[in-house]
Amino acid sequence: MRRSEFTARLLIGAAVVAAIAVPLILWWRTPLVHARMAEDGGWSPEAFKATVGEPLHLRLTSDDVVHGFAVGKLNTPAVDILPGKVSDITLLFQQPGTYTFYCTRWCGLNHWRMRGTIDVGGEPSEAQPGGEPGAPLYAALGIDLDAPREAPVIPAQRPLAAVAERQFEAELASYIAGDYYRSHSPYEVWRELRADPAFAAQDEAQLWVLTAGIWSSNTTPQALAQGEQFFAQNCAACHGEGGAGDGVFAGDMEAAGQASVQSMMGDSRMAMQSPARLSDPRRMLAASPALLQGKILRGGMGTGMPSWGPIFTEEQTWNLVAYLYTFQFEYR
Amino acid sequence: MRRFELTASGSVKTLLKARYPQLVILALMLAGYIFAIMAGLIGSPVGSSNFSIVFVWIGWWAVLILVAVPVLGRGWCSVCPIPLPGEWIQRGAVLGPPGAKPRWLNLRWPRALRSIWLQSVAFLLLALFSTVLLTDPLVTAIVLAGMLVAAVGLSMAFERRTFCRYVCPVGGFIGLYSQAAPIELRIKNRTVCAACEGKPCYNGSAEGYGCPWDVFPGGLTKNTYCGLCMECIRTCPHDNIAVNLRPFAADLEKPTVRLDEAFKSFVMLGSAIIYSAVLLGPWGFLKDAAYRIGSYSWFMYALAFLALICVVLPGLFALCTVPGGEARTFRQRFARMSAALIPLGLTAWIAFSLSFVLANASYILVSLSDPLGLGWNLLGTANLAWQPVLTAGLAPAQTVALAGGVVWSARVAQKSAAESHISPIPVMGYCAGAALLLMWLLL
Repeated sequence: MRRSEFTARLLIGAAVVAAIAVPLILWWRTPLVHARMAEDGGWSPEAFKATVGEPLHLRLTSDDVVHGFAVGKLNTPAVDILPGKVSDITLLFQQPGTYTFYCTRWCGLNHWRMRGTIDVGGEPSEAQPGGEPGAPLYAALGIDLDAPREAPVIPAQRPLAAVAERQFEAELASYIAGDYYRSHSPYEVWRELRADPAFAAQDEAQLWVLTAGIWSSNTTPQALAQGEQFFAQNCAACHGEGGAGDGVFAGDMEAAGQASVQSMMGDSRMAMQSPARLSDPRRMLAASPALLQGKILRGGMGTGMPSWGPIFTEEQTWNLVAYLYTFQFEYR
Repeated sequence: MRRFELTASGSVKTLLKARYPQLVILALMLAGYIFAIMAGLIGSPVGSSNFSIVFVWIGWWAVLILVAVPVLGRGWCSVCPIPLPGEWIQRGAVLGPPGAKPRWLNLRWPRALRSIWLQSVAFLLLALFSTVLLTDPLVTAIVLAGMLVAAVGLSMAFERRTFCRYVCPVGGFIGLYSQAAPIELRIKNRTVCAACEGKPCYNGSAEGYGCPWDVFPGGLTKNTYCGLCMECIRTCPHDNIAVNLRPFAADLEKPTVRLDEAFKSFVMLGSAIIYSAVLLGPWGFLKDAAYRIGSYSWFMYALAFLALICVVLPGLFALCTVPGGEARTFRQRFARMSAALIPLGLTAWIAFSLSFVLANASYILVSLSDPLGLGWNLLGTANLAWQPVLTAGLAPAQTVALAGGVVWSARVAQKSAAESHISPIPVMGYCAGAALLLMWLLL
């Protein structure tokens, strides 16, 4: 073979090898966590391992729309993941266990399905505050989360938790106690107040004001602000900003529910449903904080309501519950 | 018409005759081509972050339609890497002289297919899926790889560059519009060619290969089928081949247009109109239909696309060529008059391409720094924000291009009409109407 021919072949061969090898090397040296809409696969990979006290560095990219990344029960701020861009996050775990990471952006109807797990091994690097977590209140109380409930009496207008309860501070003390408040619905409390001789002089509307006051006394502006933030980030896409069940995905959920019912021979129990109307007083005044805690932690079991148990801490859950009652009560 | 022979300069001729400069460019192009395929296969599926989309459909397309075709004609074909692997396999050598015995089947391309009909069909097929092709790196990679495989396969079955000449979906319109370019390869003296023994420019010699484009340079009258590969300059024993600078659109002074070339004009003009409406227009339902491949709305879109190109545009044009002409010469007249669409088609594509190239050019710097969308920042430009460039001049440039296209087409229509013995006014009106439609869509 002539030298020129050999050189020409070498040139072309080198060009081809370089064109194949360079992207392969770049790709191999850059492991990424890919985020896709749940319909297209969700997270890839969707499980990681980490060790207590050792930073876990993840490089995230989106293959379609804007997603977000956060880890439940961890204080690390969420990061946005833009299509075709790479976001970095470093996680540091103090406690062993299984953590759930999830998408924090409303990326589609099945946004809430975008979840994965991080198994953290090793010894705890700090004592867990409050010791080992017990059973959540709704489970301890044995509440049937799916039983139908409706308040037979509702206020004519949204009660304003004003200063009225201060006049009855002593009489209301047992109602305001956390255990009592969390295990009773507003309607149940209102009914007991009406039966209590201490409040015999109060009309029905004033009793609703006192009920609102009991709910107001069990939260703080800071807790409500955090609850509002969680609601906006995680709930409003379906339930709507005002809790009216008219979020941006409500229509899609209803359509998906109808389609899935057809495929399930008319059985609607497990079908995706229209989001609950949290602004409906008959529904919400019949719901105790413990019941709402259960619905949030467990989720809707196939109805489209996600399970937030692996993601929210207990405090975050109660703050969210407290915020949900602002659709019924006005706090000052 | 005046010509300026570029190859009269010794250094230019030496440069064009030498194989290495072209080979080095071809090798670089092949590397870029394969890199684009790899990027599409393993890089980010987000088009704006992937080399395959940014460099093929923004970078390469801008160079091709805004510079290469209008100025260099088939200049791109002379450095296109697609035929390189196939030719190597076909010839058994990259630079070495061809063997006496063909290595593969070496068949002649069927006579019935010796036209650009297949190229038009290939272009239409890609055009129907263009919304996905232009945005999905994986689809782009598959199409690029498919073209490479097709070129290799055809080189093994057939002689010369069959893929380039008869199949390549890009080559068809480059050839059509190369007639407008101010560059040409022509013989210097027809008598010399007639007397030349062995015709090495066509059949090859120890100095080089026979014309890969299956063209006898002695018969060249237009740029359409000359790939500017420069083999004939290397093989001509009489130094009778020249590369000339010439006035724009010299090939259209006395247009010779076949029916397949006429159809190509409608394919390109119609595609420019539809792309302008779908990709740049405000109609969401159109975009939606074009993207939802396989859906009922997409089939309607495809039907409308094909109806406009295959029926509406040619039908209206036919009506413009009927008055005053003899019925028996209609087909010839129709084809000849379609030459008027070549300048307008070219300027329509320039106007359309300016819109998205200027809007998306900033992605090129980003993609250079992070070609696979993996978060690399090789040149420090990976995080540049998307920024349209030179948009203030966009509308005036598009207006000038389209208005210039109408005037240019009108001149060609005049010449074609004189040869066809009909009035050019209906065809001029057709071109003006098409340009106005494009202006409405683009501006």
